[in-house]
Amino acid sequence: MLPEICLALAMVGITAYAVLGSADFGAGFWDLTAGGARRGGRVRGMVQHAMSPVWEANHVWLIFVLVVVWTAFPVAFGSIFSTLSIPLFLAALGIIFRGAAFALRGQAGTIREARVLGALFASSSVLIPFCLGAAIGGIASGRVPVGNATGDVWSSWLNPTSVLIGVLGVVTGAHLAAVFLAADSRRAGQEDLVHAFRTRALGSGVLAGALALAGLLVVRSDARALFDGLTSGAGLACVLVSGAAGVGTLVLVARGRHEPARFVAAVSVAAIVAGWAFAQRPYLLPPELTLDEAAAPDATLAAVLAGLGIGAVILVPSLWLLYRLVLRGVLDQRFEPLDQRFTTLDKDERR
Amino acid sequence: MVDLVVAQALSETLGGGPQPDLLEARQMQALSLAVHIPLVCFGIAFPAMFLFVEGLYLRTGDETFKRLAVKWSKVALTLFAVGVVTGTILSFEFGLLWPEFMASFGQVFGIAFALEGISFFVEAIFMAIYVYGWQRLSPRVHFLTGIPIVISGFAGSFNVIAVNGWMNDPGGFDVVGGRVVDPRPWEAMFNDAMAHEVFHMYLAGYVVAGFIVAGVYSAAWLRGRRDKYVHTALVVTLSFACLAAPVQVIVGDWAARSVTQRQPVKLAAFEGLAHTTKGASFTIGGVFDEDEQRVRWGIEIPHLLSLLAEHDPNATITGLDSVPPEDRPPVNVVRFAFQTMVGIGTGLALLGAVFFLTWWRRRRLPRSRWFFRAVVAAGPLALVALIAGWITTEVGRQPWIVYEVMRTEQAVTSADGLETGYVALVLVYLALASGVLWMLRRLARQG
Repeated sequence: MLPEICLALAMVGITAYAVLGSADFGAGFWDLTAGGARRGGRVRGMVQHAMSPVWEANHVWLIFVLVVVWTAFPVAFGSIFSTLSIPLFLAALGIIFRGAAFALRGQAGTIREARVLGALFASSSVLIPFCLGAAIGGIASGRVPVGNATGDVWSSWLNPTSVLIGVLGVVTGAHLAAVFLAADSRRAGQEDLVHAFRTRALGSGVLAGALALAGLLVVRSDARALFDGLTSGAGLACVLVSGAAGVGTLVLVARGRHEPARFVAAVSVAAIVAGWAFAQRPYLLPPELTLDEAAAPDATLAAVLAGLGIGAVILVPSLWLLYRLVLRGVLDQRFEPLDQRFTTLDKDERR
Repeated sequence: MVDLVVAQALSETLGGGPQPDLLEARQMQALSLAVHIPLVCFGIAFPAMFLFVEGLYLRTGDETFKRLAVKWSKVALTLFAVGVVTGTILSFEFGLLWPEFMASFGQVFGIAFALEGISFFVEAIFMAIYVYGWQRLSPRVHFLTGIPIVISGFAGSFNVIAVNGWMNDPGGFDVVGGRVVDPRPWEAMFNDAMAHEVFHMYLAGYVVAGFIVAGVYSAAWLRGRRDKYVHTALVVTLSFACLAAPVQVIVGDWAARSVTQRQPVKLAAFEGLAHTTKGASFTIGGVFDEDEQRVRWGIEIPHLLSLLAEHDPNATITGLDSVPPEDRPPVNVVRFAFQTMVGIGTGLALLGAVFFLTWWRRRRLPRSRWFFRAVVAAGPLALVALIAGWITTEVGRQPWIVYEVMRTEQAVTSADGLETGYVALVLVYLALASGVLWMLRRLARQG
């Protein structure tokens, strides 16, 4: 029982990161594709505006997942990180550039500096979800054996399933980001941006759905065990929920109901993450390491649960406070298109 | 640790091919730590400073204090963001570079990191609320949202350092048949090396962050900017740094005596003491000669080492020869780092004393330009001492990753080609460092 509870905790972390973290990466995607300094200024301003107060807390979910996995499932952790060292190292470098460039862009003094930092931030925002998705694809398709770097360094993450999940990670993130940013734009009273992000949300949502459906065929030929898990029992139920929530999101966005769309979009991602867990049951590293074999002794698992349980008493209200303040606009700064920020700054300095 | 049963040498948990890239892995880890640790200092100390200044604002209503607190909190947020990513790299590297270590011992020490994760979360949440809440939260509520930042900053470093303490004083598990069994996570976390390491690092945070920020305003002072804003910034940062620096000497003594008890070979490396000696002398400077097994060209002070390490001039101090050569750390690296740390630390403590004596007797800052020049130099020097201190403890623990249980070479990844990763990491950190320095310069120029 303890291993299942610890796995569930890790899955909660992965889900939270796949929703909140992905949305921040997706925001980077829209920043990247927003066009020239002038034309993209408003979109980039909204990305900066929406992400600033929350991206660090969102990022911590990744750390949360890592610490739970290396404490509760240490052998799996060592095997995953040594075999998948290349995509995970690339993701790590991406994380440095993404976070640092985003934080430094807030202090940029000229549009040129902001553009260089923005390009770094935005391109890393595409790299990270691809690499992390590819790593998950390697695990799910049974390419990570137990051992110190005993899997293939290349084909463990450059294979059909990995590439599919990597691309799906990028597209889903973009979709989530567009849904969230449309709602944020409405709160900031920027109707033109609501419209712009609504269009993006619908386009990326349709693309993500199509990719997911086509992806099932890829998984069927590349990782049959995973496919069977996703198309039967609890795995199938999750896939259906995810699909229904995805369609629901599109309907809500199309009707301009952006706040509920946030939550339905999150359900769609949560369901597919849960479906992945069900599909590869009872394995943690298919096809050899089961969850029970991978789990640390009960003393450790109990300590993790106790520690995180006590932590949750502080953490959950804190998170609730943060998101409540954000959604009520208490932490909002004045909205300012990114390109215009510099014209006003220049004026201030002249004065 | 008495109750540790090491029945036989540790065998591999994961198992794999040869492990060719130990040197690169160690360099990458050291580089990443050296980049991250200065940021940790700001995470520990800066929140207490801006919260103190905000407290002054609440009491007096003077806008100068508020301007300073807003400014510092914005700088702190940017440094925190960079610390978030460099800290993430460290957690990735645990798996990327040391999979055998994690696979064997994650079950033992992991709990401390789980708690660190929670602290880190709370810190990130309240940092955002504090920095973005200046306009719309009431002043009192705003002040209160700063308190969790200070507490979680302390709790986070406490947890991480507990793991480092455990690596130096491993316990809370047994080794049976070459396997790590019966993990007792809480026992591992509350190890005997934890307390002095935590206090040493916590004070270092105040010394480093305090002197670096004070250095920025000292430079402004020397350029002739002597308004209330600069004056307040100087008094606050110097008070924190100059209070911490002399106390650090006492905690350092505690740490050294603890190392004497628990890791005598490490202490022998600090001092370049080849042979177990009664009434050992302390040697300042010089180089340890591996062939002759003694320190050459140093200044020798009789009995001082015994006096410092055991508080008894005739105490016997264990030498490097108590273990075979393959179990000894590289003496010169450790010794040079140790002497650098102690030398700079002593200087900073003296600088702190000058500030406090002047403040206590005259209620003002020292007037000599040399004092302000010294403060400008103190920031970078404190940073050097910080890194030297970590080199002392980390290289001093070699060849062990888990002291006397697991060798570093056993812990490393079997993945090949770390050279490429190393080069990439160096370039990325160079870019990062220049980015951060560029930003700090800009912020400093804005006043």
